[in-house]
Amino acid sequence: MQNILRSVINIPASGYVGVFPLHKSMMSQFVAPVEASIRQKLTSQLQTTHLEIINESYMHNVPKNSETHFKVVVVSNKFADLPLIKRHRLVNDILKQELNSGVHALSIIAKTPDQWNSSEQTEPSPNCRGGFGK
Amino acid sequence: MNLNIFSKSNNLLRTAASLARFYSAKPAEEIQKMVNNNKVVVFMKGVPEQPRCGFSNAVVQIMRMHGVKYEAHDVLADEALRQGIKDFSNWPTIPQVFINGEFVGGCDILLQMHRSGDLIEELEKVGIKSALLIEKEQEEEKKSP
Repeated sequence: MQNILRSVINIPASGYVGVFPLHKSMMSQFVAPVEASIRQKLTSQLQTTHLEIINESYMHNVPKNSETHFKVVVVSNKFADLPLIKRHRLVNDILKQELNSGVHALSIIAKTPDQWNSSEQTEPSPNCRGGFGK
Repeated sequence: MNLNIFSKSNNLLRTAASLARFYSAKPAEEIQKMVNNNKVVVFMKGVPEQPRCGFSNAVVQIMRMHGVKYEAHDVLADEALRQGIKDFSNWPTIPQVFINGEFVGGCDILLQMHRSGDLIEELEKVGIKSALLIEKEQEEEKKSP
């Protein structure tokens, strides 16, 4: 079941267009501006060696194709010698504008290239429990 | 014409609402008192018995595993607190965990501290012995005759 869910999550390798492979019948391509902006900012400001931006909005009580709940996996040399909380603050700070304008949840995994094992699977965030939108 | 008035007043309401939100953030001094009131203080969505967000629930479950008694505040019940706590910690998301009055982090950080064993250490520093540590010690005692 989890595997099926994971396949819904779109992780474009490059470019700004996300595709939901599960809905082939209505194969909708849409521009994801927030995701694009997150990608651009993290790539340029942290010189990431690995970056995943997972839109988890579909897990929550929001309209289809929303960009409200994200999980980011950020691997960068800039995290070296920084405690976890400072790494998170750095990412939060870079994405301040997004967090102030509609991004409601941001889950962060921040590692240095040494700490990053590419075989690691990113776990999905916990399920919504109805609090969003209140 | 009527529609126009409606949309104008609607816009006005929205502006007023966002302004009200900005001005109604709970003052830092009040939040400082809240975070100092207990060794472990959690700001979350919902209450520990019924968390209303998966991230808040994860924090509740971690605290439960470690047998930590903590004070919880429901930000959904208090809009001024919801904004105030974000300003106070300069942290954009809920939940937020404080140990000994110090901001520790949100769900991701707590989860990582739980996995690495750092949480047991941090709790020990403030005189809280984690239930997981007690359990481990009891098991070791059983093994050694």
